[in-house]
Amino acid sequence: MRAEGIVKRFGDREALKGVGFEAGAGELVAIIGPNGAGKTTLLSILAGIAKPDAGEVGSPDGAVGWVPQQAALYRRLTVEENLLLFARLEGHEDPRGSAEEMLELTGLRERREEIVARLSGGNQQRINIAIGLLSRPAVLLLDEPSVGLDPRQRARLWEFVSGLAGRGTTVIFSTHDIQEAERYGGRVLVLADGESLFDGAAEELREVVRLEAPGAADRDFETAFVAYLQHRGH
Amino acid sequence: MGGVRWLLLKDLQILRRSPLQAVLLVAYPILIAVLVGFAISRGPEDPRVAFLNEVPQDTRINVGGQELPEANVKERICQRVECVFVDDREEAVDRVESGDVLAALVLPSDLVSKINSLSTLTPGVPEVEVLVNEENAVKAELVDDRITTLLAQANLAIARRIGAEGGRYLGLLVEGGEFEVLGEAIPILGLRTSARILEQVTPALPPALRPSLEEVTEFAARARDNLDVAKPLIDRLTQPIAVEKVTVGGKSPPLEIFAIAVAATLTLAFVVVLLVAGSLALEREENAFARLTRGLVSNAGLLGEKILLGVAVGLVVTLLMLLGMRLFVPLELGRVGLWLVAILASGAALGAAGAALGAAAREVRAVSLLAFMVTLPVAFLSLVPSGAVGPAVFDSIRVLTALFPFKPALEAITAALDEAGPGIGGPLLHLAILFFAYATLARLALKRFAAV
Repeated sequence: MRAEGIVKRFGDREALKGVGFEAGAGELVAIIGPNGAGKTTLLSILAGIAKPDAGEVGSPDGAVGWVPQQAALYRRLTVEENLLLFARLEGHEDPRGSAEEMLELTGLRERREEIVARLSGGNQQRINIAIGLLSRPAVLLLDEPSVGLDPRQRARLWEFVSGLAGRGTTVIFSTHDIQEAERYGGRVLVLADGESLFDGAAEELREVVRLEAPGAADRDFETAFVAYLQHRGH
Repeated sequence: MGGVRWLLLKDLQILRRSPLQAVLLVAYPILIAVLVGFAISRGPEDPRVAFLNEVPQDTRINVGGQELPEANVKERICQRVECVFVDDREEAVDRVESGDVLAALVLPSDLVSKINSLSTLTPGVPEVEVLVNEENAVKAELVDDRITTLLAQANLAIARRIGAEGGRYLGLLVEGGEFEVLGEAIPILGLRTSARILEQVTPALPPALRPSLEEVTEFAARARDNLDVAKPLIDRLTQPIAVEKVTVGGKSPPLEIFAIAVAATLTLAFVVVLLVAGSLALEREENAFARLTRGLVSNAGLLGEKILLGVAVGLVVTLLMLLGMRLFVPLELGRVGLWLVAILASGAALGAAGAALGAAAREVRAVSLLAFMVTLPVAFLSLVPSGAVGPAVFDSIRVLTALFPFKPALEAITAALDEAGPGIGGPLLHLAILFFAYATLARLALKRFAAV
């Protein structure tokens, strides 16, 4: 997946200012930054939901799966009905088979007949991701997938997502949790006020932060990262 | 088209999963519709009026020394209102104050003597007393109208009785007969007989006397002819202006058919607008809108599916309602084809309006409120007849109601139910125009949302 010089404006405000990056097959890329940095806007453009005012997006032949921040599914339908509906809308030849596959993948086979509204936030997010995977995408875009989940649910979610990357799916996710990005993102893209500040491995980010915000280098990484953003004028 | 089918199935599944919502969606509009239908088809109930008659029994109105037969004023009044007979003035006041009756009508004891004094040299002013409780402006207006009408009817009854008696005396004078004085019958010759007798005796008189007698004969004949003319004139005096109703415009079906059309249109409007607007807003509330329109289904396909859902459910509910109404009012089943055309066209236009509302708001609750706020006043404004308000206000109402599909839907359904109604072509064309206008608005609103 490739993005070059992406610019997006909302009225006078420039939400993205020439952002670009590349992600290879099986890579896990974390897009981090404070609220309003442009993470969701960038993912929306990569997903094809929003159009950039300038720049280009290149995606591989396989479809691009998109998982929005808030679960995009029908809470009054069962787990299976949701998967079946989207499999049918995707035009699968065997929608039941696809739904079964996703039930297996998400580990929700036992709860297939439960109404989604009665499931925990973590399980709803797993179905949300499973729907994004129904198109068997080469690239999966996840917008803040762990928001609202407890630590155990987060751990299960990341285990699931890491498994997808392990099977060759490119996963690009956004988060404002620096530790999550460092732990699960093989590569990190730092955005602030629509600008791309850093693109590289998580370990490299630590080094950059230490160099640019030496005063906070002895403190925890999150505090050091905030000092780094301030140092860069954000 | 495949996507639309699965979305339709999904919406029906969601509707089935929310039985309370589904029942409310159908039951509430039907309840409102039936109430409105009843309110329109039934005239106002007779108001309760306390009636105190202090006039001594067997007192009669007297004309020229002769007592008239009873004018049945009490019976005439009590045909028009529900009379609550009270024993005294205090009870009448209590009932009016408590709101048990709308007003009280008191006929004072001297009423008949004052009416009788009208034909004397010292006429009095006959008065009846009306007790009212004007606790609000509407009630005050209603009481004024009712009492004025009742008294006009009472005056008319008395005037007719007096007129009839006057006519009887004139008849006696012209045709002759018997006149009763103090229980004794006095024969009256009459002008017609007098003239005939005079004509018979004239040839037997000496020629010198004949001209004088011929003058008397001629007077009798003229008086007879002119008094004959006076009799219908007296009759007309009691009600000098008659009414002849001529319909110069508009065709209307019987009131009960119109009431059913109103009830059916209200039901259809609420079901379709709420369902389409709500289900479209639900796609965004569930965050599914962006996922769906990202290649799974087009904006136009999504709108089409919602309108189809509204039309399908609205058709079933409205048809069931009409078939239920058939138990009480004879509706022609032979016109069922026209019913379907009218309901489908109305449903499509109302659905497009619902889609425009649903596309304009993000939450189901906000959309439902918006749908009520738009549909209810427009529906009631559509029922305001011309002449009920000033011309400028009515023109404004006409423009406003023409912009929303309720009025043309009502006209189409009325035309479909009964051949005495207006033609169906005009309303169908109007509905088609509104369908395209609202569908375009809905598409623009969806694009705006997708861009945000």
